[in-house]
Amino acid sequence: MAARTFDEMRSGADDAIRAPYQGVASWLDSTSPERLAATRQEVDLFYRRHGITFGAYGAAEGAETTIPFDIIPRVIAWDEWQYLHRGLEQRVRALNAFLVDAYGAREICRAGIVPEAQILMNAEFVSMAQGLALPGGVHAHIAGIDLVRTGEKEFYVLEDNVRTPSGVSYVLENREVMMRLAPELFAAKRVLPVANYTEELLATLRSVSFSDSHEPNVVLLTPGHYNSAYFEHAYLADEMGIELVTGADLFVDEGRVYMRTPRGPQRVDVIYRRIDDAFLDPLAMRPDSFLGVAGLLGALRAGRVNIVNALGNGVADDKSTYTYVPEMVRFYLGESPILQNVPTHRGDRADDFKYILEHLPELVVKEVHGSGGKGMLVGPTSSKAEIAEFEALLRARPGNYIAQPTLALSTCPTFVAQGVAPRHVDLRPFVLSGRKITIVPGGLTRVALKEGSLVVNSSQGGGTKDTWVLGPDA
Amino acid sequence: MLSSTAKNLYWMGRYLQRAKTTARLIEASQRMVLQSAGKEAEGVVAVFGMEDEFRQSRGQAQRQGGRLDDLIEFLAFDETNPSSIVSSIASARRNAREERNNITVDVWESLNGLWLELTARLRRNRATLDRGALVEHVRKQAVMVFGAAQVTLLRDEAYNFFQLGAFLERGDNTARILDVKYHHLLPDGRRQSEQLDYFAWSEVLACIGAVRTYRRIYRSALDPAKVAELLLLRRDVPRSVHHCLWMVDLNMRELADAYGTRGEADRLAGELHARLRYAGIDRVFDTGLARFLGGVRDGIATLNDEISRQFLLD
Repeated sequence: MAARTFDEMRSGADDAIRAPYQGVASWLDSTSPERLAATRQEVDLFYRRHGITFGAYGAAEGAETTIPFDIIPRVIAWDEWQYLHRGLEQRVRALNAFLVDAYGAREICRAGIVPEAQILMNAEFVSMAQGLALPGGVHAHIAGIDLVRTGEKEFYVLEDNVRTPSGVSYVLENREVMMRLAPELFAAKRVLPVANYTEELLATLRSVSFSDSHEPNVVLLTPGHYNSAYFEHAYLADEMGIELVTGADLFVDEGRVYMRTPRGPQRVDVIYRRIDDAFLDPLAMRPDSFLGVAGLLGALRAGRVNIVNALGNGVADDKSTYTYVPEMVRFYLGESPILQNVPTHRGDRADDFKYILEHLPELVVKEVHGSGGKGMLVGPTSSKAEIAEFEALLRARPGNYIAQPTLALSTCPTFVAQGVAPRHVDLRPFVLSGRKITIVPGGLTRVALKEGSLVVNSSQGGGTKDTWVLGPDA
Repeated sequence: MLSSTAKNLYWMGRYLQRAKTTARLIEASQRMVLQSAGKEAEGVVAVFGMEDEFRQSRGQAQRQGGRLDDLIEFLAFDETNPSSIVSSIASARRNAREERNNITVDVWESLNGLWLELTARLRRNRATLDRGALVEHVRKQAVMVFGAAQVTLLRDEAYNFFQLGAFLERGDNTARILDVKYHHLLPDGRRQSEQLDYFAWSEVLACIGAVRTYRRIYRSALDPAKVAELLLLRRDVPRSVHHCLWMVDLNMRELADAYGTRGEADRLAGELHARLRYAGIDRVFDTGLARFLGGVRDGIATLNDEISRQFLLD
């Protein structure tokens, strides 16, 4: 791991501008600070106005805030993307193979690679999903793989998200905004488009219908407009031209799923659900759920409706399973992993646990099932008291935690109050798996707007950037 | 389209219309209340069949009738009254918000703007609130929302459901107004009165904003039977019961053509429309105005239920 922070625009001893950033650098040079500030104000205005439209989809007034958008794009070169693309595709293929196996024969346990308890004792394991043969052998149809960069050729996978990853609407919106605000930037470099995401998503969803006798009817199942990601649900449904439904719009009759329409009941073949496993079917899961559809899992088991992403995917993406993913690549694909994991110490291993306790001030400690940047400790930026407090939690439930070295996340030039300054970023590409794998170039770049901060989560003061993948000729 | 979408648009139309009717009714009644002995307030709440609720909400102190301010407060700004203007606007907005992607920006913004303005003004000091001005604002802005719907909404099934809700509510409102007001002025249901209360009868017309319309159509002095005819049977008066049920029937037929099926709701809509279309005011009075209106209002209530059943709205 690089000792010095890698800046994606200026690197090396002489701080030379890296090739992919030539266009952005000269744009920054030739644009006066006043013009940049004005552009930024345009963004704010645009997003506030646009945010109102977005907000209208969402919860009560003021309940949702728009995530800050930074006007300086993050740039990925063609060859870098080729490498990432190969690595992402490989990783998601392995994760899908693991999910088929975890809910099937569990060969990987018999081979002694993953302990059976890792799967069966996992809180996210759904026994109802055992033995299901899903179309195309796909469980993780939409995967968000969080990547970080630490050097010219060093990328690491921080975590896999194969339940209901969100954020793709920002990828699409950020590009729209960027093209309006700085069209001159796009004239200089060929930036690969992202707008086809929703079309690819719809094709992916249709390709995993159990029945191929008719045009599959796909719906998007949302918990409703009180959900924080509701605008994304409405946006995606709109863009795909499919119905945005809540549990009350659907019912199961004789093992088939229907939606209520004024014309009468209409068959539903594929449900892109954005609600958690536990709430899907009050008959099979939590009986107090009003969000789901009674009998849905029966219809799934009968092969009458497919649910995307599949049930029980949590066994593949929690932070303790994460440590096994490189082994999965070797076991299922017979390949060596292209993308590396961050070296991870597991709280449930005695040696590792001892190491964690001894090195708390240097480590990042996370809950196995945590998300959103909560319930974690960033050692180097925490006070002694905070570390001591966290240590108590850690000792109480060692198996609930993993620890990783504090990575020097790469930085990108970012427009902040003081002007243009480097800020840490990560990247979440979205990988679509149906009958084939599709990855729209780039993904969601999240940026920690606070100086020196490594936490990019929007709930913790993070922003987003438009992410460019340059064409092969650029 | 989902049934829940149809349902939201149907109720958005109903609530919006209810708010508009109530606003107009309050405005029309203000002068009457000032000039009458204080009973008129109850006459107005009677239009909504809410005499008991009104008395209860006013508490012990003002048992004996109700003042103008009480009336406006109850019908317009009382959030515990589910039929008040503020409750109706909030409901219409809730329906619209859930269908944000099925309506136009113009419809959403005009309705949301109305709601924001209304709730903001109500949060300020109630003592200095100009209630009359706010009621007028609601009425004008509600017209804007209907206008936005008229000129911007795609003419698809969703639009039909919005229209169904609005016209069913409007037809029912006019029938109620006529029913209550007529018998308030002529309790025995006669066609004529010896001493015509000019102001009272012009207020009845004002309830549906049709004072000048009356002059244009009849070019004669106010006559109770003609007032009844205008509210009930004139197809060219956009708030008459006949016009509303004509529009209901029309929208039902468009839906039937789109879906290729017909049901009990279609039959009932056609039957109700025909009842108004082929009625004459003389025959109506022969039957008894109250009986005729009662039958129409029962028909509207049944049609509401049949629409819910036929299109899976519940």
